Amino acid sequence: MTGYHLAQLNVGLVRAPTDSPELADFMAGIDPVNAIADAEPGFVWRLQDGDGPGATALRPRGPDLMINMSVWESLEALRDFVYRNGPHLDFMRRRRDWFHRMAEEYLVLWWVPMGHLPDVDEGLSRLDLLRSNGPSPLAFTFRDPYAAPTPAPGRPQQRLLQHR
Amino acid sequence: MNEISVVAVLNDPVRRRLYDYIASQPHGVSRSEAAAAAGIQRTLAAFHLDRLAEAGLVDVTFRRPAGQAGPGAGRPAKLYRRAATEHQVSVPPRDYRAAAELLAEVVDITGAEPELQRSARSRGAAAGRAARWEAPAQPPDDLVAGALTAQGYQPYRDGADIRLRNCPFHVLASRYPPLICGMNLALLEGLLEGAAVTALEATLDPRPGDCCVVVRAADSVSKTN
Repeated sequence: MTGYHLAQLNVGLVRAPTDSPELADFMAGIDPVNAIADAEPGFVWRLQDGDGPGATALRPRGPDLMINMSVWESLEALRDFVYRNGPHLDFMRRRRDWFHRMAEEYLVLWWVPMGHLPDVDEGLSRLDLLRSNGPSPLAFTFRDPYAAPTPAPGRPQQRLLQHR
Repeated sequence: MNEISVVAVLNDPVRRRLYDYIASQPHGVSRSEAAAAAGIQRTLAAFHLDRLAEAGLVDVTFRRPAGQAGPGAGRPAKLYRRAATEHQVSVPPRDYRAAAELLAEVVDITGAEPELQRSARSRGAAAGRAARWEAPAQPPDDLVAGALTAQGYQPYRDGADIRLRNCPFHVLASRYPPLICGMNLALLEGLLEGAAVTALEATLDPRPGDCCVVVRAADSVSKTN
């Protein structure tokens, strides 16, 4: 046990209002996909705003930027859900139907102490860090991951080998 | 061992049969099973399997015969599995993967996924039409299995489903999963359309180790919406 969990934030620029026909399939799919996430091994917590499904009513950075954030026991657990779960992978495959392309990074991963639930500001600051500094132990991506902090103080965090 | 030497280890028909059989199985294969599949004696199989293992083409694990443990329980069985390491040989040297990575990155950044999926569906349909033209009377399941095999997917039956043991785009897919899996799905949807196989549909349903796409009866596919 490392004493750390993996947090994730991703953002997306919606192409149309959430009550539009264009976004209908996306909005209808959120609750089922979230239910799958909740049941996945390694799932710890996800952000909810109480107004819409998931966290879709939250707009911390402008009316069109949707966010979601969650915490998992490990990078592998999150990766298995994001990319190896049939319904979620299908969702991801269709993202261009619902979201504009973003030239900047739109997904950030970082380690949090077990039991810590990040808030939106924390998540967004990690995304900003990734965007300005590139991947680092404090803010990274699936493609350039970093291992959880080691207990020994002062030891530099090891870069994980690329996922096969 | 350099790549050419590794691949050259397969340049023997018996060894090739052994390797192909092991690669097609989800479980570790014993010497006896491999020998039976290749139609050869166990000792000859052992010789060839050792050559495959030395070259790193197969991995070796050990399993105790069922129900036995402790000293005197008997030697553990050697089991062989296809190794995960990729081996590439191209003469003259070509590096399409480097180009593929760049192209994938650009499609990802520019959001050209819908165009990629359209192109992939179109290309898949051409392959499907070609397969149908070559074997107009072949039953759909056989036609599809044949086309999938020809493209390297290593299809196998799982109940009523056709699952795919190999992803031809594996490393690229692990770096750009939604992009490449979406492309792959479009390729296979196109293949089925082009071959005029309406009873089957391709859908995303990954399982550890397998390709993310499954081909199953059309009326059993439920959409995720």
